[in-house]
Amino acid sequence: MTAALRRIWGLMYRHLALYRRSWPRLLELAYWPTLQMCIWGFTASFFAGRTGSAGIVTLGMLLGGVLLWEVALRSQMGVAISFLEEIWSRNLGHVFVSPLRPWELVVALIAMSVIRMAAGVLPAVLLAWALYAFNLFAMGPVLILFAINLMIMGWWVSLGIVSLILRHGAGAEALAWSVLFGITPFAAVFYPVAVLPGFLQPIAYALPAAHVFEGMRAAIAGETILWGHLAAAAGLNLGWMAAAGLLFARQFRAARIRGALLSIGE
Amino acid sequence: MDAISVTALSKRYGETLAVDGIDFAAAAGSTIGLLGGNGAGKTTTIAMLLGLLIPTTGRIAVLGHDMATDRFAALARMNFSSPYVALPHRLSVAENLRVYGHLYNVRHTERRIADLADQLDLHGLLDRPAGDLSAGQKTRVALAKSLINRPDVLLLDEPTASLDPDTGDMVRSWLERYRAESGCTILLASHNMAEVERLCDQVLMMKKGRIVDRGSPSDLLTRYDRDDLEAVFLDIARDRRRGDDA
Repeated sequence: MTAALRRIWGLMYRHLALYRRSWPRLLELAYWPTLQMCIWGFTASFFAGRTGSAGIVTLGMLLGGVLLWEVALRSQMGVAISFLEEIWSRNLGHVFVSPLRPWELVVALIAMSVIRMAAGVLPAVLLAWALYAFNLFAMGPVLILFAINLMIMGWWVSLGIVSLILRHGAGAEALAWSVLFGITPFAAVFYPVAVLPGFLQPIAYALPAAHVFEGMRAAIAGETILWGHLAAAAGLNLGWMAAAGLLFARQFRAARIRGALLSIGE
Repeated sequence: MDAISVTALSKRYGETLAVDGIDFAAAAGSTIGLLGGNGAGKTTTIAMLLGLLIPTTGRIAVLGHDMATDRFAALARMNFSSPYVALPHRLSVAENLRVYGHLYNVRHTERRIADLADQLDLHGLLDRPAGDLSAGQKTRVALAKSLINRPDVLLLDEPTASLDPDTGDMVRSWLERYRAESGCTILLASHNMAEVERLCDQVLMMKKGRIVDRGSPSDLLTRYDRDDLEAVFLDIARDRRRGDDA
């Protein structure tokens, strides 16, 4: 293992050891996705029962939206909360005086977010199959592309949040739980972008999620794969990720100038 | 070559000049004491030496590496301990040491942890969560963390704070032995004057961001005509002229 990989693994091991010792943390990972699945699943089942076959398709779109949006939410929280764990344990000083490079820190946080996302979303996927006979994987291999794009969106949003925490301290930590929820109306998770007022549609189309969910609805409805939307999502993710990376690098340097890395939890 | 070389170093926060143009060098294998009252600039200086803080002006080289351009090469051969920077509380002591073994790319980490446990009497603590330890035990664990990579430069902030006299003496003896065996350079910030007198070859007295005096402990005692460093410290802190009585 190279030194860089070992440092990345070191930070991942720190978080995995934490989860091994804390069942409430493990439970929390799956709690919200499962709860969301129950609430939306039963609601959609009720409406589907009253509206016939069209309702069945709508049920699938809603459940697919819930599950895939959880992929983005859990990926975003996975990065932000792993970073916050370092602040809460007042350990950042030790981490930042080790040879761990900032990009290695980001890779370790992203790797942890993948693990956290999988641990959170997979139980909800199984529940959707068991309770509502909804098989997310029936969409086929394109599902992987949808999920990857939503994960990347979660990562750049969280890099933006980590940058704000570096700038404003732990006072900005509430953003870790709220930012992506605030984006939800524009992400077109549960309805097509066309439903939004005209002046909001450009905002929606600036978000990779809106393109992913347009594609998901087409896939669930049995239509052709909307490669244009997928390409747009990937291109937007590339741009947003680059912008978030630059913002993080800039705020990390600014924190080193202000001396914020030692006092960030105060 | 000096292990640490600091030239015209200053740090300004807005209107406040926390460190004001200091210069010093630490020869390889020496122990330097950084003394001064609260707000003297010790912590800011240590933070700049560790790369946590970017200086406003000046240059720092550690083990020949410029900290402005090549800090990671130096950081791999340095380490740091402070009672004011914690280790994750819910992880066991062994897990914490393993994390830092990985971060510093230590070979044979488990063997190194066992060696440190032998030397710092940590065997009974390895499986306990770091947050459950007494203050003295935490200080020993933090010291073990700071030695995990066999550093060539060790920065210690109050290394024996919260330790009972017996354990404090054990830690000081251990540091003396470690330095003698490894040739490590130690920079130590402490308010324990007896500790500084015992461990340090050179002492830098800081006040209001400046180094106001420096020398070996015996030089300072002679110069201020005092019997112990605490009296010298008070002379400097209270702006007494050298040799004046209180």
